[in-house]
Amino acid sequence: MIKLDSKIPEGPLTEKWTNYRSSHKLVNPANKKKLDIILVGTGLAGSAAASSLGELGYNVKVFCFQDTPRRAHSVAAQGGINAAKNYKHDGDSVYRLFYDMIKGGDYRAREANVYRAAEVSNATIDQLTAQGVPFAREYGGALDNRSFGGVQVSRTFYAKGQTGQQCLLGAYSGLLRQIGKGTVTMYSRREMLELVVIDGKARGIITRNLVTGELERHSGHAVVLATGGYGTIYYLSTLAVNSNGSAAWAAYKKGAFFGNPSFVQIHPSSIPVLNDYQSKLTLMSESLRNDGRVWVPKKKGDKRPANDIPEDERDYYLERRYPAYGNLVPRDVGSRAAKERCDAGYGVGDTGLAVNLDFKDAIDKQGKKAIENKYGNLFEMYEKTTGINSYEEPMRIYPAGHYTMGGLWVDYNLMTTIPGLFAIGESNFSDHGANRLGASSLMQCAGDGYFIIPNTITSYLADEIRTPRIPVDKPEFEEAQKTVQEKIHKLLTINGSQTVTSFHKRLGKILWDYCGMTRNEAGLKKAMGMVEELEQEFWRDVKVPATANELNQELEKAGRVADFFELAKLLVTDALNRKESCGAHFREESQTETGEAKRDDRNYSYVTAWEYNGENKPPLMHKEDLKFENVEVKERSYK
Amino acid sequence: MSKMLRYSSLTKKYIMALAGFLLMVFLLIHLGINLFIIPFTENHQDIFRDGVHFMTTNPLIKIMEIFLFGGFLVHILIGIILQLRNWMARPVRYAKSNHSQGSFFSKYMIYTGVVILIFLIIHLGNFYFVKLGLTEAPEGMSRVADDHDFYNMAINLFSNKIYSGIYIVLFILMGFHLNHAFQSAFQSLGLNHSKYTPFIKAVGDFYSIVVPLGFILIPLYFIIYY
Amino acid sequence: MNIKLKVWRQKSAKEKGKFVKYTLENASPEMSFLEMLDALNTKLILQGDDPVAFEHDCREGICGCCSLYINGRPHGPGEKTTTCELHMRSFKEGKTIVIEPWRSRGFPVLKDLIVDRHAFDKILIAGGFISNEAGTAQDANSILIRKDKADEAFDSAVCIGCAACVAACKNASAMLFVSAKVSQFALLQQGKVEAKQRVQAMVRKMDELGFGNCTNTYACEAECPKGISVTNIARMNREFFGARIGTQKS
Repeated sequence: MIKLDSKIPEGPLTEKWTNYRSSHKLVNPANKKKLDIILVGTGLAGSAAASSLGELGYNVKVFCFQDTPRRAHSVAAQGGINAAKNYKHDGDSVYRLFYDMIKGGDYRAREANVYRAAEVSNATIDQLTAQGVPFAREYGGALDNRSFGGVQVSRTFYAKGQTGQQCLLGAYSGLLRQIGKGTVTMYSRREMLELVVIDGKARGIITRNLVTGELERHSGHAVVLATGGYGTIYYLSTLAVNSNGSAAWAAYKKGAFFGNPSFVQIHPSSIPVLNDYQSKLTLMSESLRNDGRVWVPKKKGDKRPANDIPEDERDYYLERRYPAYGNLVPRDVGSRAAKERCDAGYGVGDTGLAVNLDFKDAIDKQGKKAIENKYGNLFEMYEKTTGINSYEEPMRIYPAGHYTMGGLWVDYNLMTTIPGLFAIGESNFSDHGANRLGASSLMQCAGDGYFIIPNTITSYLADEIRTPRIPVDKPEFEEAQKTVQEKIHKLLTINGSQTVTSFHKRLGKILWDYCGMTRNEAGLKKAMGMVEELEQEFWRDVKVPATANELNQELEKAGRVADFFELAKLLVTDALNRKESCGAHFREESQTETGEAKRDDRNYSYVTAWEYNGENKPPLMHKEDLKFENVEVKERSYK
Repeated sequence: MSKMLRYSSLTKKYIMALAGFLLMVFLLIHLGINLFIIPFTENHQDIFRDGVHFMTTNPLIKIMEIFLFGGFLVHILIGIILQLRNWMARPVRYAKSNHSQGSFFSKYMIYTGVVILIFLIIHLGNFYFVKLGLTEAPEGMSRVADDHDFYNMAINLFSNKIYSGIYIVLFILMGFHLNHAFQSAFQSLGLNHSKYTPFIKAVGDFYSIVVPLGFILIPLYFIIYY
Repeated sequence: MNIKLKVWRQKSAKEKGKFVKYTLENASPEMSFLEMLDALNTKLILQGDDPVAFEHDCREGICGCCSLYINGRPHGPGEKTTTCELHMRSFKEGKTIVIEPWRSRGFPVLKDLIVDRHAFDKILIAGGFISNEAGTAQDANSILIRKDKADEAFDSAVCIGCAACVAACKNASAMLFVSAKVSQFALLQQGKVEAKQRVQAMVRKMDELGFGNCTNTYACEAECPKGISVTNIARMNREFFGARIGTQKS
């Protein structure tokens, strides 16, 4: 059995990364050209990594399943990107950012990684600004910051409600520049379906050309996954509908451990589920809670229009329960509080599964213009989807599956347990513990891509300079391709009577009900049985039309959903194992008398890393014990 | 010609706009003289003849004439080249015609342009070529280069109701052409400003109505009074 | 509501396409346009037919994947709306909805309603970037930028690369797309160093790829889901000639 080694450098926390950078092995420029790096995914992490690795002189091959790198779902991040610049002179520092992340993650993240993420955040802002990302500015011409996501300083850089788009386009422009220079080769409309491991090292991937259906083999000295999260496992989520967990899952099945799979963030403010055919939940940025007040009627089942309910009959439950943070509580807390009210019968709207987010006070105080300036595009988005003008009446919001803190387990080098396989951005588990704070996702992605992976991969590749280009006719490639072919063949020949989407919907519902915002042992066990049953039904009765040798979107979906069934079981397994409540993972068995999460540091202060153990066999659990030497582990209270 | 083809699309548009401005200035001067065909002053005939004389004999104007013809030629040639490229840019057309908002007249520039070109050729045949001695002057009228009788030639033409009718229609189409052209030329030259563009557009609307209307007044006068 | 559709079907880039009529019963006015197509595809799959291929991803109007030329308008009726944000409540029952792919020499059809928009990447590769390599940037606040300039640059930068501008343009011109990127960088101090090469390289590439010329019709602006203004085109015209005049003979 492999022993987990997080490879954290020696020395004090504040010096680890500096020491690492000045002592790791290097590759000389002439050798870099001879080293191939495969990079899958072109979100902020992927694009940033591709451009910086290209700039260093490596031969980089980049893959994405969309038509162009710019479509990756980082584009949809709204609120902002954090950095410890302390431009507001409000006492911020790298340590404070680090501390907020550790605390926000409910003490389930690795100190050294988080500190490094905070440390490189400043360089990230410099880099993005230099690339022409038009961050918001003050009249004096300096960059503006806002407060975001349950912290007490203003450290969030933003570009209206489209920060993710602007950051991604910045990184994408750098990537394009490298494509023009020939250091990066772009393979778009390619989906990674299998990882190739040769002599224990990641050496290549099998991709499907989504236009022609052709299976292709690509080899490299290292493989980097930047494939994002698996939040679409819930079917309805704030993610792009094509986002998926298949690349990470392929890596898992080839030996990469999966860290904390059950840590899934449910975002408190999304447009609620309105009907049965809905395909997607649109996020309403957390920043709205800076000015919006969340409430439900005090009377159960009060169906009056929101504006007709007088002030004293409204329950501003976040302000009531959490007077210190009020509407600005972190996401997990806000989500559960909404669920609690709706489950108790106080929800609004036809389904009763929604709460009001009211801007009336803010508009009265600041004027409509000010609110429009801050959130104009969000109000527009809301109106487009629902047809409701929220300057006039409150928005209705409800939690939705959003971000996966869990992901491939990586060490300090961001390398998985397969040598030569790296995971960056949301696809790894590393920086957010059990709950992610707002505006820290873009920060982590950009930091991983621009500043961390270029160092750590160089350290790995320094030992690979003697390895010649890897030929793709090796038996390992042959075998990997065969596995993929068999799976495709199987999916196409079932010819059952139900669509892929209908299965995905049902899977999502099971997970949402039993492994969503709150979980309990009985529910999880039930869910496990239901997922297994549904999976069998899928392989018996799914209908995938057309053939493998053409553009076939149903086939693409089918492969992803098939993987989701397996991932779902791991998710439930992990949730069953963790009998404490922490961050986004709320076990009903572990709560305080007032219904707050109760963490169990004595028994669960560790990261679970699951090892694949063969088909239909329970996975093996490994533990990475978490040591907190630089923060005091406290109860996470927002009261 | 082949060099012109190799110009970037922006350069072509730039030349198009500059030539267009030249033609618009010319049109204004042309109108200024033409209006004296209408007897709203007693010596209108003399003024008209003086004007014609000046325009046909002044050496500076002679030089300007070269530019003017160049302007015409370039405007027409580049206009056609641009249009051909534009058609080529969409080899498969849409089944459903476009319903997007946008400058209405711009969609017909090539057609209004071609009509103006055809008229231009007729017009040149009627007047300019006479001056050059390339075509015969109508009977009873002088064709001596420095003493051509444009006044009577014009009267002669406008007394033909069909010609006058065509002339009027032509200038309405010219108005359409000018309406888009005026503000479009500013845009092509990169002049678009939140403060001034509305004013430019207003001037363009004014120009594209008043100038064609001025030209139309002449045949209208003949239709009404003869 | 019952919906009648006329949809462009084309098996692949090489094969010829044609319009096929479909009807969809029991659609709801609250469905998004793409959810309506999802429902149609479910019906087609269960009937044993090939579903309609169309591109989509984020379904919240920001990724730029969705396209579709609906009843003569890119992204269908509605101001500043992408197809994924369009809802069936914008359509009258009983009238046939005609759905076509983007049409342009620069964007060949790959299948049904999916086109290849790779040409946009190619234009940006030619110069749509600021050459700043990771780790070389100075402190972000060392360059101050006027707020109005930064805001204007942002307004140009919101382009999602969906290509509705090309689809709407009667000349299939890519001027709005190219000028938005040129403007974003021209407005920011950081972008000025390479401004002259950038605009020339991008225009050259745009012409080379066979896009049409701008005739200032402004249908692009009217159809841009992000409301990008044609003042960007004017700015690019200015930038381009400034660059042509201001650079040495090479």
